[in-house]
Amino acid sequence: MTIPVEITINGKACAGEVEPRQLLVHFIRENAGLTGTKVGCDTSQCGTCTVQLDGVSAKACTVLTVQASGSSVTTIEGLSDGVDLHPLQEAFWNNHGLQCGFCTPGMIMAANELLSRNPSPSREEIRHGLEGNICRCTGYQNIVSAVEDAAKSMGGR
Amino acid sequence: MTTRIFGSGIRRREDPRLITGRASYTDDIKLPGMLHAAILRSPYAHANITSIDASGAASQPGVVAVYTGADTDGVLNGMPCAWLIPGSDLKTPAHPAIAKDKVRYVGDAVAVVVAETRYQAEDALEHIAVDYEPLGVVVSPKAAAQDGAPQLHEDVPNNIAFTWAVAGGDADAAFADAAVTVSDTITLQRLIANPMEPRSALAQWNAPMGELTLWNTSQNPHIARFLTCVVTGVPEHKIRVIAPEVGGGFGSKIPYYPDEAITSFCAMKLGVPVKWTETRSENYQITTQGRDHIEEVEMAATSDGVITGLRTTVYAGMGGYLSTASPGIPTILHGLMYSGPYNIPNISGTIYGVFNNGCPVDAYRGAGRPEATNLLERLVDLVAAAVGQDPAEVRRKNLIPKFENGHDVATGITYDSGDYEAALDSALSAAGYESLRAEQAQARADGRCVGVGVSSYVEICGLGPSQVAGAVGFQGGLWESAIVRFHPTGKVHVMIGSSPHGQGEETTFAQIIASEVGVDVDDVDVIHGDTDNTPMGWGTYGSRTTAVSGAAVAVAVRKIKDKSRALAAHLLEAAPEDIEYEDGRFFVRGSPDQHKTIQDIALMANVAWNMPEGMEPGLEASAFYDPPNFTYPFGAHVAVVEVDPETGRIDLQRYVAVDDCGPQINPMIVEGQVHGGIVQGVGPALWEGAVYDDDGQLVTGSMLDYALPRADLLPELEVHSNTTPSPHHPLGVKGIGEAGTIASTPTVYNAVMDALRPLGVTRVDMPLTPEKVWRAINDARNGG
Ligand code: FES
Ligand code: FES
Repeated sequence: MTIPVEITINGKACAGEVEPRQLLVHFIRENAGLTGTKVGCDTSQCGTCTVQLDGVSAKACTVLTVQASGSSVTTIEGLSDGVDLHPLQEAFWNNHGLQCGFCTPGMIMAANELLSRNPSPSREEIRHGLEGNICRCTGYQNIVSAVEDAAKSMGGR
Repeated sequence: MTTRIFGSGIRRREDPRLITGRASYTDDIKLPGMLHAAILRSPYAHANITSIDASGAASQPGVVAVYTGADTDGVLNGMPCAWLIPGSDLKTPAHPAIAKDKVRYVGDAVAVVVAETRYQAEDALEHIAVDYEPLGVVVSPKAAAQDGAPQLHEDVPNNIAFTWAVAGGDADAAFADAAVTVSDTITLQRLIANPMEPRSALAQWNAPMGELTLWNTSQNPHIARFLTCVVTGVPEHKIRVIAPEVGGGFGSKIPYYPDEAITSFCAMKLGVPVKWTETRSENYQITTQGRDHIEEVEMAATSDGVITGLRTTVYAGMGGYLSTASPGIPTILHGLMYSGPYNIPNISGTIYGVFNNGCPVDAYRGAGRPEATNLLERLVDLVAAAVGQDPAEVRRKNLIPKFENGHDVATGITYDSGDYEAALDSALSAAGYESLRAEQAQARADGRCVGVGVSSYVEICGLGPSQVAGAVGFQGGLWESAIVRFHPTGKVHVMIGSSPHGQGEETTFAQIIASEVGVDVDDVDVIHGDTDNTPMGWGTYGSRTTAVSGAAVAVAVRKIKDKSRALAAHLLEAAPEDIEYEDGRFFVRGSPDQHKTIQDIALMANVAWNMPEGMEPGLEASAFYDPPNFTYPFGAHVAVVEVDPETGRIDLQRYVAVDDCGPQINPMIVEGQVHGGIVQGVGPALWEGAVYDDDGQLVTGSMLDYALPRADLLPELEVHSNTTPSPHHPLGVKGIGEAGTIASTPTVYNAVMDALRPLGVTRVDMPLTPEKVWRAINDARNGG
């Protein structure tokens, strides 16, 4: 059995016929062909699949595609055109906030939500805000610096 | 244009694609007609397979094929072990890609389903009926080596895969004469590497051409090509292995796995592309783990704390089978480092590599060296406690004095250069050691448990001279090669055989080129990870990429510079010895206006209108660099913790690191490696450990149960460095990928024990979870 869905991803309508059990992250990667969103685990622990769902950050592996039908999703590809970078992207780059880059899309999306809730977080608050996202490469320190830096350039302080 | 680009913390050239979601990792690649594989895995740790009926799966929706060990038997060769350590009576029992008669760990592959979608392939697994006859299980590597333990392989008595010994001086005499001896039994638990990208393989078979292309999450595509050839029988020149973007590895993406072989088999059988990607749960079961040591260790010293001897007996778990490099890890990369940064004249160690019913164990960040440093640093602290001296001072009096060009240690290897006392001094002063001790005394007076941990380390990396590789049984070389190619417009491609996956060599190697010949960093692109368009190389692991591959880049670009000088001399009508070079310009000595830029040279060499007699066209050079010795980075780290004796909770308050990896090409990247490395070593001290129960079931089977470091659990790391060049390296550099992990586990452990010592607690098995610490405190209080 399949169910028709339509989800607006990065401003573009994506329609499909999906199984009710399909995870949103798979719709984004397989049906919409946007592979910037990653799958790093199967227990909703790692945060590599983090996207914005109707403006709120969500782990796309914990949402069914059918639940998201009619919603709008922003993925890392939608954060900027890839050339004129979003301040968070710029800050991750400037602060060496990534190594292998696999956690990075989810990390940036989670940080984006963090800054929308708290435009000038302390380093401590950033660390707590990102506890749902695992990075195995950086030891987090430069990620914290990147988010702090982005907050400044986004006018938080 | 700046020649001082070497040493600048410029931002990375690989980042734009990574921060925008435009990078392609293996699982991101989709080929037309591609099918998906899912692998059925043994739920038993040890069992005979009495029957398999796969027919139920074959009729499931979307299923295209189902294969078992009966299908791969005789088609795929066994999984090879590629580190055959000599003099160890090494046994290499058969390791089929798909188990046919017997399974030896939970996760051993039993069958594979290929279907149109991954969901369908996974669904169909449930319709394969396998009958198992469970066998006795043994998990502890020491228990596995005892008489009467369940036997994993018929031809391996007592499960002992190898017995390897290291000796120097006369350890028994040193212990007989010692005023002080200390001992411990250390369990260095199994660790799961956890690169954030799960492993993946995508195989494409071009039947008419007999060509196999394998996209693979590999740290070493050229080794993967060679081993694909060994296992599938496809000739090496007909195999192309591509490691596209790779999301971390930490050693776990060195081995060639059954899954790659199975995926290739399916693609070759079906003639369509087949992709397999592990789930995280599968990763925990099947992707090689690290450590798994039980170490019985003792140290001898004078009453003044001068170390005179070290003895060890180590049981190193191998898991159910030998993985690609397993035997070399607890031996060559571990036992040979038993002197650490110290003068230890008498050393003897025996290492048993033991099969046990768990995931195969292989290299994990530091691979053998964290285990060596951990046991040494713990013993040094026990010596300090036994002689009643400050642990930093006991280290100082035992450190090998500064040397610039070679120092032999009792295990028979020669360190390249070191200034260990300077590193210790820098770390102690950065930490404010004396005031820390004063604060600690005050805290103790107030009834608080504050501890300070110190460790000194040296590691062996930049692997390594190929002749040594051969002598220690590594079934390959350890050199690296590079091709530097100048295009007519003066832009540059650098092709390397190593395969970075987060370490930033697309940037640092461009910096090497830029600083040698004065092109802009942005004019250099570094190509890696594809066996069809990169020269041979042995891969990225063992902190060897900058140390070995970077040296090849340096040697190649210096050839370019020599040719450029000769061509400039010809064009300027001067003698080559009168040509000077500065900032990308070759000029006649004394008249800098008469010059040719490197871009002028590149253009002329490529069009070749006016070349000197006998000079070939083109501006391209390759280099094969086989290092004359390993490199030996070192350092000293300090940690401060406070333990809550009522809950056993540990608060890691400060972490100070001083590392010396020689000159730094890009200090920002070095610091990033140190950060990540430290955190991966703090993990096993405090939180991480793979736990198998007595039935060989993986209790820590997901990220829910395996406690990875998270952002909110860590203090701000204080990272510093010293600079002692390697005497034998063209750039003096040593390597930094593993240093943090090697040093931080014992630093944190020692800090916690330092905090607990007044309570009578002297040892606790890692990870130091609150429960274990609380129990140890309680036991000590109750006189236990
Ligand atoms: S994939 Fe790990 S949290 Fe979603
Ligand atoms: S950069 Fe590799 S996991 Fe975060």
